[in-house]
Amino acid sequence: MFEYAPAPESRSVVDVAGSYGLFIDGAFDGGKDGNVFKTVNPATEEVLAEVAAAGPEDVDRAVAAARRAFGPWSALPGAERAKYLFRIARIIQERSRELAVLESLDNGKPIKESRDVDLPLVAAHFFYYAGWADKLAYAGFGPDPRPIGVAGQVIPWNFPLLMLAWKIAPALATGNTVVLKPAETTPLSALFFADVCRQAELPPGVVNIVTGAGDTGAYLVQHPDVNKVAFTGSTEVGREIARAVAGTGKRLTLELGGKAANIVFDDAPIDQAVEGIVNGIFFNQGHVCCAGSRLLVQESVADELLASLKRRMATLRVGDPLDKNTDIGAINSAAQLARITELSEIGASEGAERWSPECALPDRGFWFAPTIFTGVTQAHRIAREEIFGPVLSVLTFRTPEEAVAKANNTPYGLSAGIWTEKGSRILAVADKLRAGVVWANTFNKFDPASPFGGYKESGYGREGGRHGLEAYLA
Amino acid sequence: MPKSSSVKALAEPGRLSVRKTYKLYIGGAFPRSESGRTYLVDGDNVALASRKDARDAVLAARAAQPKWAGATAYNRGQVLYRIAEMMEARRAEFTALGVRSSEVAAAVDRWVWYAGWSDKIAQVAGGANPVAGPFFNISAPEPTGVVALVAPASLLGLVSVIAPAIVTGNTVVVLAAGPQVAITLAEVLATSDVPGGVVNLLTGRYAETAPWLASHDDVNAIDLTGVDHPDVAAELERAAAGTLKRVIRPVTGGVDFTADPGLRPMTALLETKTVWHPKGY
Repeated sequence: MFEYAPAPESRSVVDVAGSYGLFIDGAFDGGKDGNVFKTVNPATEEVLAEVAAAGPEDVDRAVAAARRAFGPWSALPGAERAKYLFRIARIIQERSRELAVLESLDNGKPIKESRDVDLPLVAAHFFYYAGWADKLAYAGFGPDPRPIGVAGQVIPWNFPLLMLAWKIAPALATGNTVVLKPAETTPLSALFFADVCRQAELPPGVVNIVTGAGDTGAYLVQHPDVNKVAFTGSTEVGREIARAVAGTGKRLTLELGGKAANIVFDDAPIDQAVEGIVNGIFFNQGHVCCAGSRLLVQESVADELLASLKRRMATLRVGDPLDKNTDIGAINSAAQLARITELSEIGASEGAERWSPECALPDRGFWFAPTIFTGVTQAHRIAREEIFGPVLSVLTFRTPEEAVAKANNTPYGLSAGIWTEKGSRILAVADKLRAGVVWANTFNKFDPASPFGGYKESGYGREGGRHGLEAYLA
Repeated sequence: MPKSSSVKALAEPGRLSVRKTYKLYIGGAFPRSESGRTYLVDGDNVALASRKDARDAVLAARAAQPKWAGATAYNRGQVLYRIAEMMEARRAEFTALGVRSSEVAAAVDRWVWYAGWSDKIAQVAGGANPVAGPFFNISAPEPTGVVALVAPASLLGLVSVIAPAIVTGNTVVVLAAGPQVAITLAEVLATSDVPGGVVNLLTGRYAETAPWLASHDDVNAIDLTGVDHPDVAAELERAAAGTLKRVIRPVTGGVDFTADPGLRPMTALLETKTVWHPKGY
C-alpha cells in the first residue's frame, strides 16, 4: 500500500462556540432549567460544546411557538414558502464547507463523506422540496392537499444534518411547522441549521430545535399538541413511539433499523461487487440503517470474492475524520463502540470466523477496525441483529430461491443489494425481496427524488421523492 | 426617445448616456443579423433577423441540445433558479422598458416555478406500467429536441413559453415580439449559467422567419402561442406537418399567463419513452 501524507481539512473554517441554547420561536435561549450536556468529538474525545438540555417546559414552549407559526405559514402561497426553502438550500450550498467540517467534528465521519455526500444531499433535498411547495396539487394526493399541523421530529446521529433535511424540507414545503430534536451525541449541525433559518429570514416558530436526550424526544412525540410524529432511529424506540402514539390520532412515520442482504451472484463482476460491498458496509463506519451488513455470496464464487474483498479491505484508511484520505472515521460514541464490540465478540463465540486487516488505530477516541465474519449462519446473532458498525457477516447460497429466502429471513426490510450481469435476474429477485429500497449493481445511493423507507420492522412511510410528501399531508 | 436610454433613475445631469445596441442572441453570443438589417422600435435600431439567422440559431440549438438534455434534472433546475436570481437583480431594467413591476415579479416567480419542475415532471408524467406479464415496464418523459417558439409580446408570456420548453431538456429558437424586453432577458440568460445555444433569440418579424422554422427539417416542435393571425397560424401548422413537428396552437383570445400554467406547456414538448425488460432468474 502506498503511504499517504496527511491531507487535513482546516478546522478553522468552522467556529464552534463554547455553549449552545435551544432554538425556539426564532431565538436561542438556555432552557428553563439551565441543564446542559456535552457533545464531544468522537475522534479525540475533546468536548466541542455544552448544549442546553430541553425539559418539558422548553418542549411546551417550542410546540406552542410552532403552533402559533402554523397558521400564517400554512396560509402563505406555496410559491412564497418555496422561496424560503430555496433560500435555505442556497445558504447551505454557500456554507457547505463549514457545515461539512462541523459534521465530521461532531459525528466522526470522514470529511470525504460529509463533504461529498452529506452536504450536497442536504442542499439538494431542500432544493427538491422547495419545488414541491407550489405544486402540491400535482402530487397525486388530491386537488387541494392540506398540511397536518405541528410535526414533532426526532432524528439519529448517523447523518445528523441529512436526517434533519429529510424531516424538515418536506414538512415545511407542505405547510407544516416543526419541532425537531437532534441526537444527543450530534446536536451541533442542527443548531447551525437554526442559524441558516435566521439567515433565510424564515418566520419565527416555523422551525424549532430542542436538544436533549431520549426523554426530551419522548416528551416531544407524546406532546398533545403535536399532530404528526416522524422518527428515524432504532426499531426498539420506534416500537415505543408507535405504542405511545396509539389512540392519539397523531400521524406517524418511522424509519428504523435494517439488516440488509447484499446478494452477489456468480456472474457478477467481482471487482465492482467488492467495491459495492465495501461501500455497503463501511460507508459512514457502517452507521447506516440500510447498510449491506449481510453479504450473501453464491457459493461458486465465494472464495474468489472473499480473497478480493480482504485485499480491498487492507487498503482502507481508518483514522482522523478531517483527513481527506480517510475512508473510515471514528465510531460515534463510546456506547456505540461498546455495542459493536459486544456483538462482534458474540459473533466469534458463536463460531463465526472473524477477520480484520492489520490496522493501526489512534490512541484516543472511539475506533473499530473494519471486520468481516465468515462461516456465519442464519441463526447467529450477527446475522440477525443490527450491529450499526463496520462489521460484515458473510453467508453463502446456491440458488436464487435460496438467496431470496435468506435475504428475507429477517424482521427488517429496509434495503437490499443485487449483483449480477443478468437484468432479468435483477428484476425477478427485486420483485421477491421484502425491502423498501433495492440497489442493483450499486449500493447506498440516495437522491432527493427517490423515496426511501422500509418494509416490516424497518418502519413505515417513505421519505424523499413525490412519495415523501404524503407523510405531511392531511 | 429610445427605450435603451430610458433608465431615468440612472441619468446623470450633464452626462450623455451610453445607449445599448440590441443584437440577436445565438449560441451564447450576441451577433448582429447576418443580413446587416435593423428596424426601428421605439427609437432603437433593433436587429432584423433573416432566414439565415434562423438557420444559424437552429444549428446552435441542435448542437447544445444533447448536453443540455444529458445534464441531470437537478442541474437544469439549479440553472433555471439561477435565471430567477439574475432576473430579480435586473428587475429595474425591465420596468424601465415599460414592463409593470408586478409582471416582472411574476416572470421571476415563473422561472422559480419551472425550476422546481425539472426533477418532478418525470414522477408526475411517467411511471411504472403494470403490464400483464413478467416484465418490468416503465415510461419516462424525454425532451422532443429543438423547439421553435413564436413568442407572445409580454415579458411574462415570453418567460412562460421559454421556461417549460427548456426545463425538460429541449433547446429553443425564439422569435421574440417585444425586442428590447426579449434581448434584456437574453442578457439575463447569458449571465445565468445557461449553456450557450440552449436559448437562441431572434428579433424581427416572425412572418418572415417563422415559415422557415416551421418547415425546417431539424426542428422538432413549434409553439405558435405568439401568432396573432389564425390564417398565419394555420399556414405555419401546415408547413410543420411536413416533418410532423409537434405544434402548440395559439389560443383564441390569448393565454392568461398569470394563471397556474399547468403541465401542458411542458408535456406538449415531451416524448414518452417506454422501456420493457423481462423478469426471471
